Amino acid sequence: MSHPSWSIEEATRVLTPLKNVQGPVLIALQAVQERFGYVHEEAVTLIAETFNVSRADVHGVLTYYHDLRTSPAPTRCIQICVAEACQSVGSRELVAAVEKKLGKKIDETYADVEIKSAYCFGNCALGPAAMVDGELVGRASVEKVTA
Amino acid sequence: MSTIIYVPNDSAAISIGADQVAARIAQEAVKRSLDVTIIRNGTRGALWLETLVEVVTPQGRVAYGPVQPEDVSSLFDADFLNAGAHPLALGATDDIEWFKEQDRVTYKRVGIIDPLSLKDYESHGGLIGLRKAVTLSGAEIVSEVTASGLRGRGGAGFPAGIKWKTVLDAQADQKYVCCNADEGDSGTFADRILIEADPFTLIEGMAIAAVAVGATQGFVYLRSEYPTAIKRLRDAIEIAQSAGVLGSSILGSKHVFNLEVRVGAGSYVCGEETAMLESLEGKRGVIRSKPPLPAIAGLFGKPTIINNVLTLASVPAIIADGAAAYAARGTGRSLGTQVFQLAGNIARGGIIETAFGITLETLVNTFGGGTLSGKPIRAIQIGGPLGAYFNTSHLGVSMDYESLAAAGGMLGHGGVVLFDDSVDLAQQAKFAMEFCALESCGKCTPCRLGSTRGAETIEKIISGVDVPANKLLLLDLCEVMTDGSLCAMGGLTPLPVKSAMNNFPEDFTGGAKK
Ligand SMILES: Cc1cc2nc3c(=O)[nH]c(=O)nc-3n(C[C@H](O)[C@H](O)[C@H](O)COP(=O)(O)O)c2cc1C
Ligand code: SF4
Ligand code: FES
Repeated sequence: MSHPSWSIEEATRVLTPLKNVQGPVLIALQAVQERFGYVHEEAVTLIAETFNVSRADVHGVLTYYHDLRTSPAPTRCIQICVAEACQSVGSRELVAAVEKKLGKKIDETYADVEIKSAYCFGNCALGPAAMVDGELVGRASVEKVTA
Repeated sequence: MSTIIYVPNDSAAISIGADQVAARIAQEAVKRSLDVTIIRNGTRGALWLETLVEVVTPQGRVAYGPVQPEDVSSLFDADFLNAGAHPLALGATDDIEWFKEQDRVTYKRVGIIDPLSLKDYESHGGLIGLRKAVTLSGAEIVSEVTASGLRGRGGAGFPAGIKWKTVLDAQADQKYVCCNADEGDSGTFADRILIEADPFTLIEGMAIAAVAVGATQGFVYLRSEYPTAIKRLRDAIEIAQSAGVLGSSILGSKHVFNLEVRVGAGSYVCGEETAMLESLEGKRGVIRSKPPLPAIAGLFGKPTIINNVLTLASVPAIIADGAAAYAARGTGRSLGTQVFQLAGNIARGGIIETAFGITLETLVNTFGGGTLSGKPIRAIQIGGPLGAYFNTSHLGVSMDYESLAAAGGMLGHGGVVLFDDSVDLAQQAKFAMEFCALESCGKCTPCRLGSTRGAETIEKIISGVDVPANKLLLLDLCEVMTDGSLCAMGGLTPLPVKSAMNNFPEDFTGGAKK
């Protein structure tokens, strides 16, 4: 997944259509992240000014939600479901094997490939489930998720 | 004449190759100069049979599954377009035992129709409920929902009619209908499948709710982990809007209802209704104290109906066929049908919709076929991460709200997760505490800190440190969490922990298992 690099002008364009949204802060952060892959620190001020809320409020929302990130998105993101139904079919072992194969730790930040824990993709009858760059993978294996 | 072939576009089916199967069928047909039309339906819910390919024949729909992309050319060789024999042939879809033994009401159209064809929807009984609703008074609709006995399918089981009546009776310049599609529980996917396979049913249910209480704006709070469902529901809303099912004049009536999808941001606790409201308002998903009830002061302070996807999706059938038909199903105060979800280490996982009162044994063995691994069932978690872990002595329990509560558990959103004998319940209990620590909204100390403390204590038990003392400490912690938590996140995390301790004491004796 490739994203343009951060620019205030582009961010302003992304936020303009949201001007009339009631309760806009979360949607604004999500829109910025969708465009740039992450929320640049300057976006906090921009959103605060655009929607006339405090920077602290924007920052509070930004830090609350697991989906929102403040570092640039990796080139590849492997999310592995580690919730109960997937545990029952080996998600713990899958995580360990993927970590080993890629030489990376789950839930740490990298520029190239990240492995992230997720809590249910609604694919619990065909687990373990994973999502690789937005594509859902059922009956996931090391081969499938690192292919 | 073109032969119609159904290949699901459900995200679970796609996750194991449904798109490739559809592409191979199209290629093979061209290669063999055969005229086929591929319709992408939703899944019928038999996820163990995905990719389930159906061919329309003069005798009805016949099924083949589970089909892998590499099976496609042999299906053509076997003349599957004319129901030819093949190792993957399952016969007439409706005669497959697994489907035949179900009672599909809420899921009536799921997997049968093209999800985004309003024409298909109507020809399978869609919009009858809404057409009727626009001719009724709000009070008449509400009393029908009350009489059906429908209770909230999101977890708490609160009677839907009572909630709706509160919103109906509230005076306000603006009211809302919010659908909770956060579906955070592990082992649940019935909201997702309904939205992907039959989104108009949810839209119709929400429109009926809006007409009933005089709400003009609705929101569906849908989790970000469900990108396919998000896209499909948005497409369906657009279609409904341009067909006049939604908008400034619902089906030509004086009723107004607009609907919007809002996407979650990876927070489990935002599935709790007041945290969901905060999140819909764009804020941190922190739980609100009640009162006021959301029905009185909900979204942006206005009276708001909040219901789960399955609750709302059950309403069209209730209005269309009458409350009595719905209430005739089920047992005691658990009336109607429940859309159960069989998940985890299960041979035949998927959706089982039946009347309440089926036994756990029938669900996991008759329908589910036991574990996927073929090893003995050891534990069954019912009702998501806040639900209890049962052992096999509980297989006789009747699956309804009251019986599960009496057995020390809860139904939750109807998810049933199987574990084989390799499971370590001390690890599962520790995970329950860790999950609570991760997802706590932070408002109450017992939930925020007690959960971290709980996980550490279980770790000590696992490593054999002061086991009896740490078990007592853990029980104390559980009690503090139960008593001192504002919502069920902290309040019910002790349920999986204590049920694991009670039902699997041998896993809490210190020293790694086996
Ligand atoms: C931590 C927590 C998470 C919840 N998650 C969900 C959820 O994902 N979906 C849902 O419908 N209800 C969820 N609920 C229950 C809701 O608070 C609420 O009871 C429900 O949305 C009401 O709709 P219903 O009456 O139709 O069930 C959750 C509750 C708690 C405490
Ligand atoms: S119990 Fe936990 S999640 Fe619920 S309000 Fe308290 S801190 Fe928040
Ligand atoms: S628990 Fe892993 S997809 Fe649901």
